[in-house]
Amino acid sequence: MTWTWFHRLGSPPHVYRLARLLTPWFAWPAGALIVVALYGGLVLAPPDYQQGDGFRIIYMHAPAAWMSLMVYTTMAVAAAVGLIWRMKVAHAVAASCAPIGASFTFAALATGSLWGQPMWGTWWEWDPRLTSELILLFLYLGYMGLRGAIEDTQRADRASAVLAVVGVVNVPIIHYSVTWWNSLHQAPSVMRLGKPTLSSAMLWPLLTMLLGFTLYFVAVLLVRLRAEILGRERSASWVREMLAT
Amino acid sequence: MPELTQPALAAGAPDPAVGGATGEGASVLEAARLVLLRDLTLAFRRSGQLVQPLAFFAIVTTLFPLAISPELARLREIAAGVIWVAALLASLLALESLFRDDSYDGALEQYVLSGQPLTGLMFAKTAAHWLLTGLPLALMAPLAALSLGAPAASLPGILAAVAIGTVALSLIGSIGAALTLGLRRSGVLLALLTLPLSLPVLIFGARASELAIHGAPYAAPLELLAALAVLGVTLAPLASAAAVRISLE
Repeated sequence: MTWTWFHRLGSPPHVYRLARLLTPWFAWPAGALIVVALYGGLVLAPPDYQQGDGFRIIYMHAPAAWMSLMVYTTMAVAAAVGLIWRMKVAHAVAASCAPIGASFTFAALATGSLWGQPMWGTWWEWDPRLTSELILLFLYLGYMGLRGAIEDTQRADRASAVLAVVGVVNVPIIHYSVTWWNSLHQAPSVMRLGKPTLSSAMLWPLLTMLLGFTLYFVAVLLVRLRAEILGRERSASWVREMLAT
Repeated sequence: MPELTQPALAAGAPDPAVGGATGEGASVLEAARLVLLRDLTLAFRRSGQLVQPLAFFAIVTTLFPLAISPELARLREIAAGVIWVAALLASLLALESLFRDDSYDGALEQYVLSGQPLTGLMFAKTAAHWLLTGLPLALMAPLAALSLGAPAASLPGILAAVAIGTVALSLIGSIGAALTLGLRRSGVLLALLTLPLSLPVLIFGARASELAIHGAPYAAPLELLAALAVLGVTLAPLASAAAVRISLE
């Protein structure tokens, strides 16, 4: 079996060089896709019959919300890989994911709140999806808080990895309990978006934006990963050699 | 109390209490039973600490009538939520002591070294913690509910909900307590780690109590609460054992 590629991913200098090599391959397509999706969403897509032009914030809100969950999953998988195979690089990936995921979560919350003002008439509605998103933000903050509180990098890596895995088991439970709580406590929201009746002229910019956000996430992750690896390996000889040249 | 600062199940230390069994001979259940008894004995010798979470619970429930209104009709509306928020905070407050003393005096390291499955010992410690904090809270919750205007018929439901819910809270909290073991200013961090994970317990517990107060059937949320507790019993000791190992490295 050719498992060498997997083993080489455990080597910080190799991953550092790989990340530097790959970053533009994700960053440029991400930028292009986001520009195309913005044009498609803000100009080409027809206004919604009910919400008018207000619905267009979905092109930021929905992909950000989607990414917030995907980044958490990525972080938990990387953390589990780090725990199981004791791979330092995997822990570095998990550590680099957290601030990006928290930013996407915050963006989803902020755009959701801005969207709520004209649609619901309030800045904040205890809508199940917004509430679970808020709890997800707390999970990210707890993860980063735990990592920041532990001085020793190895211990910080492994302790926060346990937390990420515990969190990922809990995310669906939290989501469904919040949905259930909400359905008992208040009438369905005015806005019932996400019904499959989104027309294709509205849908394609959304999917393009989602792909663009995903590539953007990978590009930012690679940049952060390089910084994280440099910070961890600051006393290693390969870093000195690289900086000397 | 030298016999208590030295846990009886340290590897290779025969102890009359174990029935002559040494570290590798004693079964997991026996070791877990010893840990449970040790924690209970230690706690009862310092019974002042046991009362603190209960006093905290009583104070928090007193704050609401003072802050909102003394009208029982209004208080009855919020009684379930008040009791659950107070119970959640009181159990959070009690969590800090779960591993703290054992990590100071080295008992926790002896557990790790004892050769017994740490998962079983963690389960025993969490069970002791629930008996010392969760169960008293469950016994006190009906009193608090009465003072907030809940009808007497609702008290068995509230008791059951708090009793089952605190099982899940103790188990979730044991993970957070193990992760923050030995950290400076761990209190706020412990809250930040534990509270988001505890929200399903809060939702189902408060719902069951609210239905009980309104005289409606409350079995469904209670069963979901029990499902969460069972899930916690199966998975949480594994996670807290892993976290304790990491924290002691």
